[in-house]
Amino acid sequence: MNPSRRKFVKTALGGGLAATLPLSALKMLSPAEAHASIGDDKVRWAFVVDTEKCVGCGLCVKACKLENEVPYDAPVTRTWVERYVITKDGKSHIDTPNGGRDGFTSPKIRDEVIPADEITQAFFVPKLCNQCSNPACVQVCPVGATFQTNDGVVLVDRSWCIGCGYCIMACPYGVRFFHPVYKTAEKCTFCYHRISKGLKTACVQACPFGARQIGNLKDPADPVTKIIMTQRVAVLKSEYGTKPQVYYIGFDERVR
Amino acid sequence: MTDQLIIHGLDWTLKDGFVYPNEFIYWSIQIVMYPYMTGLVAGAFVLSSLYHVFGQKDLQGIARFSLVFSMALLPTAMLPLMFHLQHPFRGINVMFTPHFTSAIAAFGIVFSTYAMIVLSEVWFVYRRYFVEQTIALRSQPGFGNQAKRLLYNVLTLGAFDVSEPALAIDKKGVKILAAIGIPVACFLHGYAGFIFGSVKANALWMSPLMPVIFIMSAVVSGIALCMLTYIIIMEYKKLQATLAKGRGDESVKELGGVEMDVITKTSRYLLSFLVAAISLELLDLIFRGYTAMKSWDILRSVMFHDDFINIFILQYGCGNLIPFILLLIPRPSIKRMLLALVLVLFGVFMMRWNVVIGGQAFSLSFEGFMHYKMPIIPHSLETYKEGLFGALTVASAPFLIFWGINKIVPSLQKI
Repeated sequence: MNPSRRKFVKTALGGGLAATLPLSALKMLSPAEAHASIGDDKVRWAFVVDTEKCVGCGLCVKACKLENEVPYDAPVTRTWVERYVITKDGKSHIDTPNGGRDGFTSPKIRDEVIPADEITQAFFVPKLCNQCSNPACVQVCPVGATFQTNDGVVLVDRSWCIGCGYCIMACPYGVRFFHPVYKTAEKCTFCYHRISKGLKTACVQACPFGARQIGNLKDPADPVTKIIMTQRVAVLKSEYGTKPQVYYIGFDERVR
Repeated sequence: MTDQLIIHGLDWTLKDGFVYPNEFIYWSIQIVMYPYMTGLVAGAFVLSSLYHVFGQKDLQGIARFSLVFSMALLPTAMLPLMFHLQHPFRGINVMFTPHFTSAIAAFGIVFSTYAMIVLSEVWFVYRRYFVEQTIALRSQPGFGNQAKRLLYNVLTLGAFDVSEPALAIDKKGVKILAAIGIPVACFLHGYAGFIFGSVKANALWMSPLMPVIFIMSAVVSGIALCMLTYIIIMEYKKLQATLAKGRGDESVKELGGVEMDVITKTSRYLLSFLVAAISLELLDLIFRGYTAMKSWDILRSVMFHDDFINIFILQYGCGNLIPFILLLIPRPSIKRMLLALVLVLFGVFMMRWNVVIGGQAFSLSFEGFMHYKMPIIPHSLETYKEGLFGALTVASAPFLIFWGINKIVPSLQKI
């Protein structure tokens, strides 16, 4: 048996190598690797939300849904506006009916009308993807279907996403959801198809009050960069270490 | 476009208070089943390895059975994921482009490694049997017998040597594979715990103890399921023997004696793993309460309010405390054991439920709650897959597979 064993091992090894070497020359690139060249690395997109200017009209949510083909009446949205009403007893009453898409026309907050003389503060907070520098969603995607471009925007490849929902679970901000039609993870892209052509995002363009602005953090002359450098701004949930890149003016610690 | 809209989670999520618009119970019953099933696989394997590696002679009777049973459980650990994925046919992408910063990415690799170990171990254990069958069936006429002979012939993989030294090598192979298998089984399941424990966005899940808790409860559930199935099969055999030979027959008594012996001995291992699992879970709970981080307020209201019955009555009470007492009372009986084992399995299931569903019971805003209303009667593919019947499909699959496999590799008779 021994002589044939030596031969067997030789042939098996040789055959194995011959079969695997040509295969190893081909490498399957994940979308993340394939798209690694997307985006100009002289740009870092960042967003400024001025909550002092927001009146909760919901035009940004409308514009976003139409621009990005998120079904209009589906209860999911890439961006939304929250209403905060703080009462004298220190309680926050928060709501976002339809993501604030139709504005806040009713004084009712989840079937409760708060008497005007009880209110100490009221304000609106628009939310969108924070395009984090250290995105938890990209970290947990098992197939590399979600990735960060060179200019800092986190995108999803709809043709590769398996729909496990891990990224949705990993996002501390709740910005991700399953697209009702494509059934893949969906999120705000800062309207990447627009900003990469020099346009503003749909929500920025739709906002009549200039509460939303987008700019390039790597350009010191950019108005957004100037605001972040010279004003007191805050980010959401910094404790998660995700380094969010949506900066808020007029932030309040009660904002969730 | 509107008629084909499926908002994943809308069918079974009830919101209460302030919840972000995109928040739903995205991970539902199938993600409860997933760690439950992998836990059973890992536990069954560890039980068989206790005999093969550490030579725990008292487990000899159940070792081969639990090995074959863990093989039957293998494909069903994948099943809940396939039910859950929005694009099940793309599941294979995990093997094509594994993204290793993700805890799930390792699944394909760990799972297939583990599958290979289990399959090879079964082969080494049954090789002699395959050879014997091939030879024995040679002289038997009939298409069925010849087809069977061909199957066994293929299963021998051409290794017909059943001399003493060759069988000794088989035994060594089993021992080595079982030894490698233990850490791999623990890893397979520990990393299921890591999938949850590493989600920093989720206040309930994030804990370094999660993987260890998962391993311990996995071993508990695996041992319990093996014991339970063993009892049911032995009872059935006893019934058959009683019907054939009468109640007082020697063979009936012998079967009963063997059964009781195996069960009492295995229950000792079950008890020690149960103690480890409970201690870790309680440590986690106490630590959260003591450190009282920002999330504690909402966690407390979920644990002591909305989910109180699920956690403290069903999981800790019925699933841990009662079986613990039942197993400790002297002079065990099969009926009491049966009850204890069912309760242990239920307790581990509730633990998975309370982790997966409980972790989504509160909003990321910490200002609202979500309740999972499990779809019972399905009205769409989605509500079948992520509802009661989907879970029952997954739960019944291993028994069907075992029934099939056991016809080829008999795990319950002496060979």
